Amino acid sequence: MNKPANEPTTRRTFLRNGARLAAMTSLGALGGVLASRSQAENWVWQIDPQKCLRCGNCATKCVLEQSAVKCVHAFAMCGYCNLCTGYFEPEPNALTTAAENQLCPTAAIKRTFIEDPYYEYVIDENLCIGCAKCVEGCSRFGNGSLFLQIRHDRCVRCNECAIARTCPGDAFRRVPASQPYLLKTTHAH
Amino acid sequence: MVLIFLLFGLSAAFAEQRFPPPDFSETNHQLPITTTPPTRAEWLQYLDVAVLAAGLGLAVWLIYKRRSRRGIFWLSIFSLSYFGFYREGCVCAIGAPQNIALGLFHSGYAVPVTVIAFFALPLIVALFAGRAFCAGVCPHGALQDLLLIKPLKVPAWLEHGLGILPFIFLGFGLTFAATGTGFPICRYDPIVPIFRLNGPSLLIALAAITVLLAMFVGRPYCRFLCPYGALLKISSLASKWRVRVTPDYCTQCRLCEHSCPFGAMREPAPGTIEPKSLVTERRRLGWLLVLVPVLIAGGAWFGGELAVPVSKLNPTVELAERYIAQQASPVDHGVMTPEALSLERAERDPEALLTSAADLRRRFWLACVLFGGWIGLVVGLKLVSLSLRTRRTDFEPDRGACFACARCFRSCPQELVRIGQMPASELPAPVPAAAKA
Repeated sequence: MNKPANEPTTRRTFLRNGARLAAMTSLGALGGVLASRSQAENWVWQIDPQKCLRCGNCATKCVLEQSAVKCVHAFAMCGYCNLCTGYFEPEPNALTTAAENQLCPTAAIKRTFIEDPYYEYVIDENLCIGCAKCVEGCSRFGNGSLFLQIRHDRCVRCNECAIARTCPGDAFRRVPASQPYLLKTTHAH
Repeated sequence: MVLIFLLFGLSAAFAEQRFPPPDFSETNHQLPITTTPPTRAEWLQYLDVAVLAAGLGLAVWLIYKRRSRRGIFWLSIFSLSYFGFYREGCVCAIGAPQNIALGLFHSGYAVPVTVIAFFALPLIVALFAGRAFCAGVCPHGALQDLLLIKPLKVPAWLEHGLGILPFIFLGFGLTFAATGTGFPICRYDPIVPIFRLNGPSLLIALAAITVLLAMFVGRPYCRFLCPYGALLKISSLASKWRVRVTPDYCTQCRLCEHSCPFGAMREPAPGTIEPKSLVTERRRLGWLLVLVPVLIAGGAWFGGELAVPVSKLNPTVELAERYIAQQASPVDHGVMTPEALSLERAERDPEALLTSAADLRRRFWLACVLFGGWIGLVVGLKLVSLSLRTRRTDFEPDRGACFACARCFRSCPQELVRIGQMPASELPAPVPAAAKA
């Protein structure tokens, strides 16, 4: 731009400078207001297991084709029951690992014998679809040691969680990224 | 003492557990540990902000100093890989205004510093150097820019008509965010499914349409939907520097006339003005200026009327409505669907639900009045701007509509001389407009 240095400011330039100054000031004010109640830490989404109603939305409403919500097992709460109501269909034919006896639609729970009469149940997260069928069985008739959690190695941290929007229990909430899980423990109140 | 404490703790634990956990006295079995895969490391968010700032700086330098389309192209590739395919479209400036609105109107939500930075940095840059963010830093823009193979010219009436959609979508997003209803700008983003290579079927269909469209219409999302683009457009109207086709002066050779695939190139204003047409034009402008407040008032009234049906899009209000309907005429749901489950929850504490729904209704009324007024203002100002006479003397990209993609530079013979691709002797003579026209 080869304009002389002492060119007078035109009305347009003056107005434009004024508008820019106003915009900068309002951006600064907005930033100031927000910064006064902002936080350095990011939010992540998580399920409050105490509020979860085991409706099954987590399996289907996530933006990912395979939901980021998986079933999690708090082993310290587990009764290691032989007749696990999270593992077996109601009134199973036999207490075996046969597919027709299992509650899980993808056979994601591995049942292993530990010692008489105790069995251990471990979730295979690659198979789990987060449908909460086992969670319902365990919470209704058992210790409630199975529960759903958003797994943060899978969650893409949508600005608005698609499952949260449809959660009938209002169980989803933003939690600080440094404490991204709401685990069930034996000392739960 | 310790023993008592332990016993007490255990009994408390057993109280809620129907089947006491075994102690595995025979096998001494160790309990597996519940895994908790960590989130993305927190310091990486500052890397995102740093990459954004560096990208913006680089874009400004490439546009104004280097005037290099190739540079912008490679910057686009980088931004597409980093913000697009690596960060999978989140965090992004486009959705950030919603977080700001939610943070302003809801005390429970603190806006993370990263989001404030993503909201403010591109706007500040736009106030000085135009839409450098769109040029090569925004992954959405970069993707559409790279997809463009055969740009078709959008007719002016359609361009202007669709051009107000971003402003309306912005108002829509802010209305929803401020009432805590959701983030529709993120929810209906048609490009993020491409970055994630995953998504609900509706959005994948939208993404496919956008990709197809982007091959023949330059940047359809940026021009006709992007709500952050609307903010950038307003900001760039006041920008200190602007993108100019020519590096020094315009010879009115018209070679750049069709170089912009995004319909941002503007012709110089016709030199002569007929006094007769001036009178009718002034009268029309006068009427339009009267119309603007009328449109705002009409929009606000209409928004207020629509507040009740619109508020049902909020999950809390919707649940309260269903709860009231259920109380009036009970329906037995039989199977426990998610809907039935939420009703059951409502029945546990109807007071709290109804109060918060009533409060949301009031918020919605105000938000819808403002949103309606905003639509009226946008439509009115668009009509006014169409009737304004310009004093443009050169071929220039429009301040607000220019994405600073740097495509037009090479169409200018002055530029070709500047970079040494053409001898200065071949230049058309620098004559004023009258001679050419």
